[in-house]
Amino acid sequence: MSDIEAIILALVYLILAPVAGCVLAGVDRKLSARMQGRRGPPIRQPYYDVRKFMEKEQITSNGVQDFYVACYLLFVIVTGCMFFAGMDLLLVLFTLTLGETFLILAAYCSGSPFSQVGAQRELYVAMAYEPILLLAAIAFYLQTGSFAIGDIASSDGMAVIPLIGVFVAFLYALTMKLRKSPFDLSMSHHAHQDLVRGMTTEFSGRTLAMLEVSHWYENIMLLALVALFFMDGTWVGFAVGLVVAVLAYLLEVYIDNGFARMKWQTALKSGWVVALVLGVGNVIVLLLM
Amino acid sequence: MSYAKRSPWLLHYDASSCNGCDIEVLACLTPVYDVERFGIINTGDPKQADILLITGAVNDQNKEVVKQLYEQMPEPKVVVAVGICACSGGIFRDCYNILGGVDTVIPVDVYVPGCAARPESIIDGVVKGLGVLEEKQRKMEAER
Repeated sequence: MSDIEAIILALVYLILAPVAGCVLAGVDRKLSARMQGRRGPPIRQPYYDVRKFMEKEQITSNGVQDFYVACYLLFVIVTGCMFFAGMDLLLVLFTLTLGETFLILAAYCSGSPFSQVGAQRELYVAMAYEPILLLAAIAFYLQTGSFAIGDIASSDGMAVIPLIGVFVAFLYALTMKLRKSPFDLSMSHHAHQDLVRGMTTEFSGRTLAMLEVSHWYENIMLLALVALFFMDGTWVGFAVGLVVAVLAYLLEVYIDNGFARMKWQTALKSGWVVALVLGVGNVIVLLLM
Repeated sequence: MSYAKRSPWLLHYDASSCNGCDIEVLACLTPVYDVERFGIINTGDPKQADILLITGAVNDQNKEVVKQLYEQMPEPKVVVAVGICACSGGIFRDCYNILGGVDTVIPVDVYVPGCAARPESIIDGVVKGLGVLEEKQRKMEAER
């Protein structure tokens, strides 16, 4: 991939990701409503929500939290741009974690016990899914001989076939990363759960709008990571990746509606078991082959 | 049209209701009435709420709580008193511990009478509240 191509792809992500993310969030809410036998809000509802947040009066309990949430947004965008520019997968994952850390800090710096407990739980969940993400990067390297996303995307043959275990583990981590039930314990899109709104309890107005937009960016980047498993440098691989990414999101919505929230112990233990069995198992098979 | 009108988030507080009105408020979220089709979300967080739904009369103990919830909500905000107790105190009006309707503590924008208020009238009240919300939004923008 040439430099110009990389820059164009990063710019496309910068402009189109919030639009696509917003539509995905709208589809999520509509679909969830349909699964519960309701009509549900219009697809554009997440956009209305964000515009409303921007119109509201700004109430901030601790000024630093706005800065941290802005950092979260910034680093999520940087991560996505680096991903679409075909840069180093490890660097992308570490930058994503850095963004995540800023969000946790934002939740910690407000005095509310709800957001404090939410931040604590987010740390546990991060501990559960980080090994899986790291193993995915290692497995990609073993299979394609490169950490560069550009090289991985244009390597021969779909990576998903030898990396099937890692792929399934990644789908498991995706539920945690998208904060869907049963692992939505740090913050939930559905109101009235044990922690009110968890990490976001103290966020309002523009801060909440920033957070929502970062979720749109992040979701698109994560789904692109799903698609990366299918990229083989041809249009077929690209198309299959796109379809599977959309299907993966629909699966997450289905799981979200079908499960009750689990405890952080379950999240942590199951995350590590999945990482060990499917992730490490797959890597060992790759090494032996 | 202001966006507040398209995505009003509710905060529901039970002042000293008998739970009759509370159940009717929750009934609005069920598939039969489904207020989410108007973008309404029943949130538990005052900092993210636009409309404060209060059921039941206010008493000496929860007076401060009601005030605090109201103050924590960012502008523009609307208060809807649901049920006759929240409107005026209802049959509890003369009790020694009851201060009266919600308007004895915080300004109320919409009154929804009934014992218990029917889901239809609660939705009507909220929709009426949306008009007030838009008006307040405009006023806020004009002041800016």
